[in-house]
Amino acid sequence: MAEVLVEARTCPVTGLRVVKHAENLIKVNAVFAVLALLFGTIGAILIALTRWEAIHLLPTDLFYRMLTFHGMNMLVFWIVFFEGAGLVFASTIVLNARQVAPKLGYLAVILMILGFLLTNFIILTGDVNETAVMFTAYVPLKAHPLFYLGYILFAVGALIMCILFFLNVYNAKREGTYEGPVPLFTYGIAAAAVIAVFTLVHGALALGSAFLWSLGIIEVVDASLYRLLFWGFGHPAQQINLAAMVSVWYLLSYFTVGGVTPSEKVSRTAFLLYVLFINAGSAHHLLVDPGFGAPWKIFNTSYVIYMAVLASLIHCFAIPASAEIGQRKRGFNKGLFTWLIKAPWSNPAFSAFFISLVIFGFIGGASGVIMGVEQINMKLHNTLGVPGHFHGTVAAGTSLAFMGLAYYVVPLIFRREWLSKFWARIQPFLFGGGLFLMAVSMNTLGRLGIPRRVWETSALVVPYKELLQATLGIGAVVAFLGALVFILHTVLTIIFGKRVEGKPKFPEVVQVSNPDEKTSTPGTIVLAIIFFLYLAIMYTINWYWLSRVWEVR
Amino acid sequence: MAINKPNEVYWEEKVGFSEKAWVLLSIVACIVMFMVMVAWAIAGKQNPPNEAYRVSIPSFAERAEAFIEKYKVDEENGIPVVEAPEDEDSYLIARMFYFSPVLILKQNQTYRIRVSSLDVQHGLSIQPVNMNFQVVPGYEYVLTIKPTEKGEFLIVCNEYCGLAHHVMKGKIIVK
Ligand code: HEM
Ligand SMILES: [Cu+2]
Ligand SMILES: [Cu+2]
Repeated sequence: MAEVLVEARTCPVTGLRVVKHAENLIKVNAVFAVLALLFGTIGAILIALTRWEAIHLLPTDLFYRMLTFHGMNMLVFWIVFFEGAGLVFASTIVLNARQVAPKLGYLAVILMILGFLLTNFIILTGDVNETAVMFTAYVPLKAHPLFYLGYILFAVGALIMCILFFLNVYNAKREGTYEGPVPLFTYGIAAAAVIAVFTLVHGALALGSAFLWSLGIIEVVDASLYRLLFWGFGHPAQQINLAAMVSVWYLLSYFTVGGVTPSEKVSRTAFLLYVLFINAGSAHHLLVDPGFGAPWKIFNTSYVIYMAVLASLIHCFAIPASAEIGQRKRGFNKGLFTWLIKAPWSNPAFSAFFISLVIFGFIGGASGVIMGVEQINMKLHNTLGVPGHFHGTVAAGTSLAFMGLAYYVVPLIFRREWLSKFWARIQPFLFGGGLFLMAVSMNTLGRLGIPRRVWETSALVVPYKELLQATLGIGAVVAFLGALVFILHTVLTIIFGKRVEGKPKFPEVVQVSNPDEKTSTPGTIVLAIIFFLYLAIMYTINWYWLSRVWEVR
Repeated sequence: MAINKPNEVYWEEKVGFSEKAWVLLSIVACIVMFMVMVAWAIAGKQNPPNEAYRVSIPSFAERAEAFIEKYKVDEENGIPVVEAPEDEDSYLIARMFYFSPVLILKQNQTYRIRVSSLDVQHGLSIQPVNMNFQVVPGYEYVLTIKPTEKGEFLIVCNEYCGLAHHVMKGKIIVK
């Protein structure tokens, strides 16, 4: 085994070797992730209080500007910066390996930061006609060239991070710091990184051509082709988030209750399904578009997407099961649900993990499967049901899971003790609970025909509209507080928190004696059956609703 | 387990009964959902239209204007009102920031409506029935549609198309 000299320390809790360059890269990514989250959160409350038309806070221009600002900062910057940190962690520290080509790593981060600053600058200060174009920037709605340029720089930086991830893993094997199959967490992140590569290529094609067009170098970009390419980027990007989030769930289950994956074979196969079948996911954004035929739409949305749905259903069982096994081995073995009731709900990493799992499944996952049906999509395309769906997936799901992980990142990587256990404990409930209420309201309004991305809807007469807009707004306020508590608490802790000496005091990390010994999981079986019935009922009701509209073909 | 090395022979470990059963159930659910979608495409009455053509914007505008000229019966707030013919294709223009013309249709009669945009992308959202389609410039989408209820229906734009996006409206009257 070749000995490579690198600066490193040993983590007193996990026993992992933390190498310096990797640690720095993780820190920079994490800091910018939190900054992006702050921007996104400010945008969030402003647009939410505008969509609550009894308050109707912002004027038109500012609403559309802030909607673009919110979408970009949340969906693109916050999520991808955090994933950048995850890529480094999974390929160096977890594998006991060093960071390959650290300079290239810093370059990647600098590109991402430049892109982040440029895009935000232009969104906030540019002519509103050229900057309020939403993160989708559908041609021929023309954005300012700097908008595309910022987007592209960020994407190139992210692409380099992915390439470094593979180099790190390869190097760990070559230098022999890590032998045998990689851990499940790294396996899942690897799946995300593979998806990221072809995703970012689509993004470069779509945004690159729009960029050249905005400069006048090429004359037209076909609107339909742009949509196909853009969603070849935008959809698989969500699958990256999904794979990353699922990996984080496995990790948090392990850290918080000593979770044991019921079957490595099954869980890894599920990740493989994501990689193989999600590339055509673009289709389900184009279900009511002209120019794509039914066979193409149905093949991609059913046959192909359902293989990915299958993978998610597999995780939907394996993850709660892993927590149940961990808990039962820790002695919470009575009855069906003692393991869940007696779970460490006061550990924010656990509550974030479990709340995000539940909301993801019941709100995000279920609505996604339904909305992805070629025909039912006619009732939901571009309605508020769409943001209702993805605030269940990428907001309450991925973002909350990432926050859960941050409760360990701060003491283990930034080496600071959390300032307040109280705020840490209630934060996941605020953020998750608020988003739950908001997403349910959005889903209902969407089914009643209220569009997304509109400043006002006074022409539409819809039962319970005022009430549902109020619950949307109240949910948004609670979620906003949850996000704000997280941001402030994190920032203040990193600045003012006590240095960690030895093991951090909070949150607890659980270690289980023998991971190979597994128990049965009756509680998870019951939960899974409840979820299955819920999904079947919602699916059927939505078909019924569709059957009542005008005939069309 | 998630950050530790798995058992070297994890590939040969037996999968527990309940997980195996769950995976099987999931596979069956996916197959059923797939077949329902195909069956509805064949026998169902509501399917996203399949017919579309690439067009140049001026050619679409020209044909649409000729259609409006021919069948116009009235005007409402500057927008022509057109009685859609039963044996000929109808047209619907989407542009910043209105839909034109107002179409008068008969209940339970099937129409072919050609929809496209003269500028950016728009969304065709018929309310309160709640049916939604993407309108893409350069593409003519042919909706073969049979209104099954009487009344006045609002069209709202549900794809962001500029700062006046929320005022973009249209109308369909079913008699
Ligand atoms: C702090 C809690 C949050 C609140 C109160 C909130 C609220 C909202 C509201 C009201 C909309 C506008 C819906 C519309 O008019 O179409 C929206 C859009 C959106 N949100 Fe959030 N959100 C939150 C967190 C998040 C997070 C964490 C993410 C992603 C990681 C996210 C991603 C998005 C995206 C992508 C859009 C669509 C923007 C567009 O249509 O272009 N949100 N959000
Ligand atoms: Cu429009
Ligand atoms: Cu519009």
